[in-house]
Amino acid sequence: MAFVRKEFHHIFRDKMTMLILLVMPLLMLVLFGYALNTEVKNSKFAVYDPSHDEATRAIVEKLQINNYFILQKMLKSQAEVDAVFKTGEVAMVVVFSENFYENLLHGGKAQIQLIADGSDPNTASVITTYASTIMGNYQLELLKVGKIPYQIFPEVKLLYNPSMVAAYNFVPGVMGMIILLICAMMTSISIAREKETGTMEILLVSPMKPLYVILSKAVPYFFLSIVNLFTILAISVFVMGVPIAGSFFWLIILSLLYIFVSLALGLLISSVVNTQMAAMLISAMGLMMPVMLLSGMLFPTENMPLFLQLISDVIPAKWYILAVKKIMIKGLGAEAIILELIVLAVMAIALISISLRKFKIRLE
Amino acid sequence: MIIKYLIEKEFKQFKRNPFVSKFVFVFPFIMLAILPLAANFEVKDLNLSVIDNNRSSYSQRLVQKIAASEYFHITDISYNYRSSLKSIENDEADLILEIPARFEQDLVRDQEAKVMISANAVNSVKGGLGSAYLAGIVTEYSAEIRSELMPAGGKSVQSGMDITKLFRFNPLLKYKYFMVPAIMVMLLSMICGFLPAFNIVLEKENGTIEQMNVTPVGKFSLILSKLIPYWVVGFLVLNICFGVAWLFYGMWPKGSLLTIYLFASVFVLAFSGLGLVISNYSKTLQQAMFMVFFIIITFIFMSGLYTPVDNMPQWAQYISDISPLKYFIRVMRLVYLKGSAAADLREPFLALSGFAIILNTWAVISYKKAQ
Amino acid sequence: MNQLETISADNVIVVRDLTKKFGNFTAVDHISFEVGKGEIFGFLGANGAGKTTAMRMLCGLSKQTSGQAWVAGFDIAKEAESIKKCIGYMSQKFALYEDLEVWENIRLYAGIYGVPDKEIAPKTDELLHRLGFEKERNALVKSLPLGWKQKLAFSVAIFHQPKIVFLDEPTGGVDPSTRRQFWELIYQAADQGITVFVTTHYMDEAEYCNRVTIMVDGRIDALDTPKNLKENFDAKNMDEVFHHLARNAKRND
Repeated sequence: MAFVRKEFHHIFRDKMTMLILLVMPLLMLVLFGYALNTEVKNSKFAVYDPSHDEATRAIVEKLQINNYFILQKMLKSQAEVDAVFKTGEVAMVVVFSENFYENLLHGGKAQIQLIADGSDPNTASVITTYASTIMGNYQLELLKVGKIPYQIFPEVKLLYNPSMVAAYNFVPGVMGMIILLICAMMTSISIAREKETGTMEILLVSPMKPLYVILSKAVPYFFLSIVNLFTILAISVFVMGVPIAGSFFWLIILSLLYIFVSLALGLLISSVVNTQMAAMLISAMGLMMPVMLLSGMLFPTENMPLFLQLISDVIPAKWYILAVKKIMIKGLGAEAIILELIVLAVMAIALISISLRKFKIRLE
Repeated sequence: MIIKYLIEKEFKQFKRNPFVSKFVFVFPFIMLAILPLAANFEVKDLNLSVIDNNRSSYSQRLVQKIAASEYFHITDISYNYRSSLKSIENDEADLILEIPARFEQDLVRDQEAKVMISANAVNSVKGGLGSAYLAGIVTEYSAEIRSELMPAGGKSVQSGMDITKLFRFNPLLKYKYFMVPAIMVMLLSMICGFLPAFNIVLEKENGTIEQMNVTPVGKFSLILSKLIPYWVVGFLVLNICFGVAWLFYGMWPKGSLLTIYLFASVFVLAFSGLGLVISNYSKTLQQAMFMVFFIIITFIFMSGLYTPVDNMPQWAQYISDISPLKYFIRVMRLVYLKGSAAADLREPFLALSGFAIILNTWAVISYKKAQ
Repeated sequence: MNQLETISADNVIVVRDLTKKFGNFTAVDHISFEVGKGEIFGFLGANGAGKTTAMRMLCGLSKQTSGQAWVAGFDIAKEAESIKKCIGYMSQKFALYEDLEVWENIRLYAGIYGVPDKEIAPKTDELLHRLGFEKERNALVKSLPLGWKQKLAFSVAIFHQPKIVFLDEPTGGVDPSTRRQFWELIYQAADQGITVFVTTHYMDEAEYCNRVTIMVDGRIDALDTPKNLKENFDAKNMDEVFHHLARNAKRND
């Protein structure tokens, strides 16, 4: 197919874009897999300690022992508490009451205020929990009660993700996002460019069936996506240690289907816009934000208000990511992803038919 | 002043572009309205599958206590680990609590008992926080038991430490307070990062830039004329964002608007400079788009938009240091939520100014009127 | 030849051994010529012969690999920005802003080239009247037919009365009568003392020029008046002259 060859040629000539297309997903994987972390550590804190006694000093030391906390400053007065938050220097301030040690030993009021910066709610709740746990443990030691009677010990086991590496969560998400964005963006822009320069009309008037003209635009990106898919998988498995616990075969089938859907989405976008700029704005900004935020990639969809969950159901990435997690991480079989496969297939068919119809209308 | 004519032209073209001019104002509105609703990490309504091998009054009380908490929703009480595991596999349960067969005996006689918590950690937030909460409830329960079974002697073990938690600036720990200022920054950066860059590359692609290159218009004037309209647009968008945030979320900056404007100006300067640099090195719109896209996505994630910079490994923190977004997001949050004043924000100001100077100088130098 | 002699008041363009290489490819190969004031100077050749590349160097759009040239008395290597003030330019793609109206395009370029603000409006009116475009004053350029765009682009290029106007394949894609109308405008400009430097691959347009050069494979293989060239090559028209020269050409599109 001469058209397809022309498309390939066009793409390969643009080395810069090629490079970005192939390298970007990998870099993103690495970045997000390793850099993004919801685990809290290295939180900076400050202390206001009017007691300066054995207990307070010990507690402050204990807080710093592991890498959860870093002592940033010792404050000299209550007034400084406000100021230190305003410069964003610390995430938490620990305020001790006076005569802390004495009160602690003799049953008086030994108070600790954990003032956390609520502007980052997650960190705030986690670090206050950590801190109070550490302080509680200190107290046990101090009181030298060898065994506290009637103690229930919860043993915690984390499944599938023993070291809580964030990568497990993000890799499927990044896969979903990259494929959708690259396929949808590339295809829509490529076609929009032809529209803008007027060459589209020429193509559509040629003896080739319109369907083939359109598809030929999508084919190179299809192959590019496959290359990307395999490289992403390779890096995930060999570099990041994210396993493919389930069937590789079904993972590929699923991904191919998803690539189809994404390409079709690109086709649809290009059928409604007239300029490259518009195609790009829609696919980059209009797709990217919802995909990132509503596909379940970053935030769990269960917490969202209903209408957002409905929107999320329309985003192909959401289904793909769900299915990938099931196969790659939970090691489930094909039966588990039947629903997702059906949804994606339906989306693909719907998108392609709508775009086709739009293109046909244009011809008439 | 030659630049007057250039700016006139830019504004006219912007107005005439039906898509871009509408998009630029509608998009922020929609994003701000919808996204903070989507974005949250609050952990509640976790599905818990319970395996009670003991079935004593003690174990049942524990289960009831957990059921009463708003964090957990008990999906089933099953009899073996395997079926509970299936619930996790089918995503029907997030955690499993297994109470061993000798729970009551261990607790009452040996004064020490264990329970097993297994958490689905594919979503590490849910897994981590969820198991922590559950463990917390278990510990609370054991303290209750202790005070019942050891009425008098218990006092000596009763802790003298009274720990209270206070959450400043966001007492109810609403996640949207965290997200909204950051989303504003993200929008601003997309509009000031994408658009001027595309503008120039578009002109390169259709040849009109050549017409400019052959005129006596200097590099500096040309670049300035391309930036100024987007600054104006950015400023307008920022104000729309304030309005939307107030309207939908009742959020109004605690600190001074002027401070925000000041920082926004420097930020927009820096970021549009970045866009310009990219456009100077791109020959086609596609190239520019991907470069911009890549940079923006990287910056957005690495700048503490959604996970704190402090959580990142050291090497990642270095990368975030070169992101103007990081500084501005911090500033936005500080001013919006805490009312920080300009004096508190000297460091980010210097950083942003530095970016602005370097990037724009680079943009002017790398713009070649002749090949 | 003494350089000072050639950069006389009468020669607005002087070119000596101008060369442009892209890697191993020599697009323009040591060309030399002069153009006098008020001349209509044609740069002919097949596509890919190097005409556009040569012209871009003279306009300051492209840096030469070697050789020298002076345009309006300024050295293209060191004084490119001064050259730009004295010239007009019209490229193959016309490069008028399609999404601006006719009068807006005129105003933009007039302002850029330093036509005083007060004079712009009246001069615009006069121009539109002369071209018969009064009704199209507020029309977007993209709605104009091709021939009109060309005329408009040319008029914008000379609006500020430059010393030289460079035209790069200005008449592509229109019928011969429209092309002739365009050349009327060129004659009018030349009559006002504006030197016209025009590249084209239409050999019949060569007849309209005072002198032409024919470029083949980056070299100037002929430089003379059309009349002389026809005589020398025993040809009926410029087309034949060109074919004679281009027979051995290695580069054509």
